[in-house]
Amino acid sequence: MSFLSSLMNALPGAAAQGLAWGIMAIGVYITFRILDVADLTVDGSLATGGAVCVMLIRGGFNPWIALLCAMLAGMLAGLVTGLFHTRCGIPAILAGILTQLALYSINLRIMDSKANQALSVDKYPLLLSQRYVRELSINNPLPLLLLFTAAVIAILYWFFGTEKGSSLRATGANPHMARAQGINTNSNIVLGLMVSNGLVALSGALLAQYQGSSDINMGRGAIVIGLAAVIIGEVIFGKIFTNFGLTLLAVSIGAIIYYIVLQIVLQLGLNTNDLKLITALIVAVFLAIPYWKSKMFRRKVQPQSAKNGGNGHA
Amino acid sequence: MLELKELYKTFNPGTINAKTALSGLSLTLNDGDFVTVIGGNGAGKSTMLNATAGTFFVDSGKVIIDGADVTNLPEHKRAAFIGRVFQDPMMGTAPSMWIEENLALAARRGQRRGLSWGVTKEEKEQYRELLGGLGLGLESRLTTKVSTLSGGQRQALTLLMATLKRPKLLLLDEHTAALDPKTAAKVMELTDRIVREGQLTTLMITHNMRDAIQYGNRLIMLHDGHVILDIAGEEKKKLTVPDLLEQFTKASGDEFANDRAILS
Repeated sequence: MSFLSSLMNALPGAAAQGLAWGIMAIGVYITFRILDVADLTVDGSLATGGAVCVMLIRGGFNPWIALLCAMLAGMLAGLVTGLFHTRCGIPAILAGILTQLALYSINLRIMDSKANQALSVDKYPLLLSQRYVRELSINNPLPLLLLFTAAVIAILYWFFGTEKGSSLRATGANPHMARAQGINTNSNIVLGLMVSNGLVALSGALLAQYQGSSDINMGRGAIVIGLAAVIIGEVIFGKIFTNFGLTLLAVSIGAIIYYIVLQIVLQLGLNTNDLKLITALIVAVFLAIPYWKSKMFRRKVQPQSAKNGGNGHA
Repeated sequence: MLELKELYKTFNPGTINAKTALSGLSLTLNDGDFVTVIGGNGAGKSTMLNATAGTFFVDSGKVIIDGADVTNLPEHKRAAFIGRVFQDPMMGTAPSMWIEENLALAARRGQRRGLSWGVTKEEKEQYRELLGGLGLGLESRLTTKVSTLSGGQRQALTLLMATLKRPKLLLLDEHTAALDPKTAAKVMELTDRIVREGQLTTLMITHNMRDAIQYGNRLIMLHDGHVILDIAGEEKKKLTVPDLLEQFTKASGDEFANDRAILS
């Protein structure tokens, strides 16, 4: 009983974190699924978003402007990775790792050489804060996070329906075809990385306000959480949600589910120090599910198709 | 329309895998020429097409399309002039996108892509009509993912995409080779119709001697990275498959005869 009530208590927080990370996961979806590029910049750009946002608000800027600047900083990080990859011929995954490493130093510079910068909701006019997550008031962060998620999905839905957005999808789906149709695949990859990291940094900025601080390590393992959300969303909603907008919604819901599962596991008595281990295991399991499914499917079908002369499954 | 001047291309130069694919290849296509290209394995047929399309840059020589030197233009910029269909049916389309989206991408070849809608209403009507002309039942499947189409359907669609915006040059790289004979014949007929109707300047590689003779107004044969046979007009009309084989043997010497023996 106490397990259930404390879980219920933890749910609003899990939902808020899930929504904030969901925006980050949508960024990961753009590179991982649409562009077919594994971008590891995000571990760095999430912290960059948080750092820029916190330092600007501390410096007296409007939180909305801080969010915007955080996003632009993230896009800049994406630009660097994109140029490493397309102009310097560095494999995408390595280009991302290089930028991520460089961002560690840059983030420390932004945060005035401190590993952690506090941003108290008492001192600054923050847009959202963890403190009010269980309150039924205007300060509750959930409506704002929902609004951000809806806006991000709507804008991306529109963008990927435009000529430019379609060319971006074609770049990921078949670069040969894209180039044959006159699409500059390199500049599209750079653009995709910029949009993706802009969203990741926005997520970092929201998270920093939500938790009331930015931390040099807040992005550690972010790519894994993003992938977890993408994959959970696909495993659960892949069959039902075929529309592009709904696919993005599934990613966001995936992030929420991830945080709820995490809460359950924590309520069961696991140490917070073990979080990364649990995360890795959850992602491993969800990554494995589609593979296991295909294996089971094959085992069931094979004897039949062998009888019918066996076509296709070999 | 197309001028290839003294093209040279060596892959993996300076390694044990070095392969000279083009050695001094020159070819001029007149406006409206439909040229079929034949030649043994490694003769440089695909390399010639890819060098023209800009998949890679040549080591030396010039590629001139409609008077414009495109030798140093990257692939996606040359695409403004060129329509292409590949041998692999998977290569020419974006599988995870709808049929109408693929067509719309092709309709904007060579244009700036902005923030207006990727597929307009008028376009959808136009595509429905064009697809109906293929006779493959695709006109009712505009919002079907291309990944669900058969190889023949994909090649027909790719052909439509390559010519949707009239190209100055159409490059066909054995585009029927991966299809079953019946489908291949159908796609070949469609190709001929589209090329004739649009009076398109076309380079078509084929392994099928009969197709090479039957279609087009000109036939060239490549060997060791350059043109060794160029037959056009009346002379081409009179060609037969045995003629062609004999011509090959004469032109390329013993080596080809050996190829033939291996192949037959």
